[in-house]
Amino acid sequence: MSGSALANLKSGGRRWPIHLTLLVLSVIWILPVLGVTITSLRRPADISATGWWTVLQDPRLTLDNYANVINSLGFGKAFLNSILITVPSTVLPIAIGSLAAFAFAWLRFWGRRTLFLIVVALMVLPVQAGFVPILQMFSALGLNRWYVGIWLAHTAFALPFAIFLLRGFFVQLPRELLESAQIDGASRLRTFWQIVIPLSRPALASLAVFQFLWVWNELLMNLIFVSNGDLQPLTVHTAALLSTYGQQFDILSASAVLLMIVPLLVFLALQRYFVRGIVAGAVK
Amino acid sequence: MKSTRHKVGAFLFTLPALLLLLVFLVYPAILTVRMSLDTGAGLRLTKFVGLDNFRQLSNDRLFLDLGSMSGAVINNALWLVLYVGSCLGFGLLVAALADRVSYERIVKTIFFAPLAIAATAAGVIWLLVYAPQANIGILNGILGAAGVDPVGWLGLRLTVNYAIIAAAVWAGTGLVVVILSAAIKAVPDELIEAAMLDGASPRQSFRHIVMPLIAIPISVVVVTLAISVIKVFDIVYVMSHGGPSGASRVIGYTYYVQTFELDRGGPGAAAAVVMILVTIPIMMLNVRRFQGQEPGQ
Repeated sequence: MSGSALANLKSGGRRWPIHLTLLVLSVIWILPVLGVTITSLRRPADISATGWWTVLQDPRLTLDNYANVINSLGFGKAFLNSILITVPSTVLPIAIGSLAAFAFAWLRFWGRRTLFLIVVALMVLPVQAGFVPILQMFSALGLNRWYVGIWLAHTAFALPFAIFLLRGFFVQLPRELLESAQIDGASRLRTFWQIVIPLSRPALASLAVFQFLWVWNELLMNLIFVSNGDLQPLTVHTAALLSTYGQQFDILSASAVLLMIVPLLVFLALQRYFVRGIVAGAVK
Repeated sequence: MKSTRHKVGAFLFTLPALLLLLVFLVYPAILTVRMSLDTGAGLRLTKFVGLDNFRQLSNDRLFLDLGSMSGAVINNALWLVLYVGSCLGFGLLVAALADRVSYERIVKTIFFAPLAIAATAAGVIWLLVYAPQANIGILNGILGAAGVDPVGWLGLRLTVNYAIIAAAVWAGTGLVVVILSAAIKAVPDELIEAAMLDGASPRQSFRHIVMPLIAIPISVVVVTLAISVIKVFDIVYVMSHGGPSGASRVIGYTYYVQTFELDRGGPGAAAAVVMILVTIPIMMLNVRRFQGQEPGQ
C-alpha cells in the first residue's frame, strides 16, 4: 500500500532536492489563498497602502470587510441561498440515481444495456446544449421564479455521472447476498433499501461530497437559471460584485473567503470521501 | 405474465432518472441542434439557414482567426496544451515526490484544497495575485523588487490567456495528484525492490516500472482535464469577461455572448454544437472502458 520501498531505497540518495521541490511548490500553492485571506482581514486603507505580505510589520486586522459584505451587500442571504440550492441538488440526484443504478446493475429488463450506455453517453452534453430550451420551459411554467427549476436542472445534469459511479459500485456487491434476499422473498425495493444502500454508504458519501461541492461552486447554471435576484447563490453574487467593485479587494477578498469557507470545511472534514469520489469518477 | 410484470417493475426503478434525462438533456439537445440551423433571432426558431451559423462563426475573428492565430477556438487549443500539460506535469511531480516523504499528507492536502474551491473564488484569488499595483498584487510586487515595472497581466492581449490558464492550473493540479498518487501507491513494492536490487536507479525504476503501470490513470486524467477545457467558462467570466476586446474568449464564452448578450440563438447554438462535437471523440476513449463491467465479476 505505501511507497515505503521507494522511500527506503531512496534514503541512500540525496534527499534535499525532493524536499526543496516540494517546499517551493507548496509555498506557491499556499500563497494565493493566504493572500486573499489576509487581505480580507485588513482595513481598506491598509490594503491599498501596503502589500498583504507586509502585514506582520504592522498587524492591524479587522472583521469590518465581512460585516460590510454580509450586512450591506446581501451576502447573508446569498449564503442561505447557496445552502437552499445545494442541499436538494445533492440529495435528489443521489436518490434518483441510486434507484436507476440498482436496476442497471442487478435487475433484468428489456434494453437495460443499451439504456445504460445511452445514459453514460449523455455525459458528453455540456450544459450549454440545454440552456435555451430549458430556460424557455422554466419561464413557461414559472419554475425559475423559485428554486425548483435550478434543483431539477442540477439533478438532471448530475444523473449520468451519478448512475455511472453508483452502478460501478453496486455491481461489485457480493452476488450471494443479493440473491439470498431475493429467495427470502424480499421485494426488490426492500433489497435495494435494506441491503444495497447500507452496503454502499462509502460510495454514496463520496458522491454526496462531490456533488455538494460541485453545485455550491457552480456559477454558469446558477447565473442562467436563477433569474430572481433574491434567490441567487454566493457564486453569482460574487461574480456580480466584480463588475461593480472591480479592484476593491476589501470587498472582493471577503466575498471570496465566504464563498470558499464551506467547501474547504467540507473538504477538510471529509477528505477521505472527497478523494474517493474524485478517484472513482476518473479511474473507473 | 408474471415475468413480464416483473420486468416492467424493474424498468420503473429507472423511470424517474430517464424522464429527467429526457426532459432536461435529450430533448433540449435536439432543440439546440435544430436551433444551430436557424437564425434563432430572439432565441426562437425563426428561419432555417442550414449551416450558415457555422460559416458565420468560422468567419468571426473572435471565434477563429487563423491569420493571427487567435480567437476562441485557438484559445481553447492553447488551454488544451498548456492547462492539460501543466496540470499533468506538476501533478505527476508532486504525486511522485510526495510518495517519498514523511509529510506526504500535508503536501497532498495543500494541493487537493484548491479542488474544493469554486472557480469564481479562484478567479478572485488570482485577480489579487495579478493586481496591477505592485503594492497589492504579489506578482508585480516580486517583479518590482527586481526592478521590473508593474504589468497589467489581465489587461494585455499578450498575457491574458496565460494568466488565466496559470490560475486554472493552480486550481486543477490537485485532480492529477489525487488520481496519480493513488495509482502510484497501487504499484507493488516488490516490483520496485526487485528493480533496485538489480541495480536500477530511483529515476530508472520510476520511468520503467511505475510509469507503464500508471499509464491508464494518466490517460484518464488527460481525458478528464481535456473535457473540462472544452467546457471552461466560469474562471474566464470572472477574471477577464473574455477581454480585453475578446482576446481571452473560449468556445463556451462565445456561446454565452452570442446567446445571452446578443440574443442570437443560432450562432450560440452552433457554438454549443461545436462543444459537443469536440467532446465526443475525447469521451469515446472513456466510454470504451465502461462497457466491460458486469455484475459479480
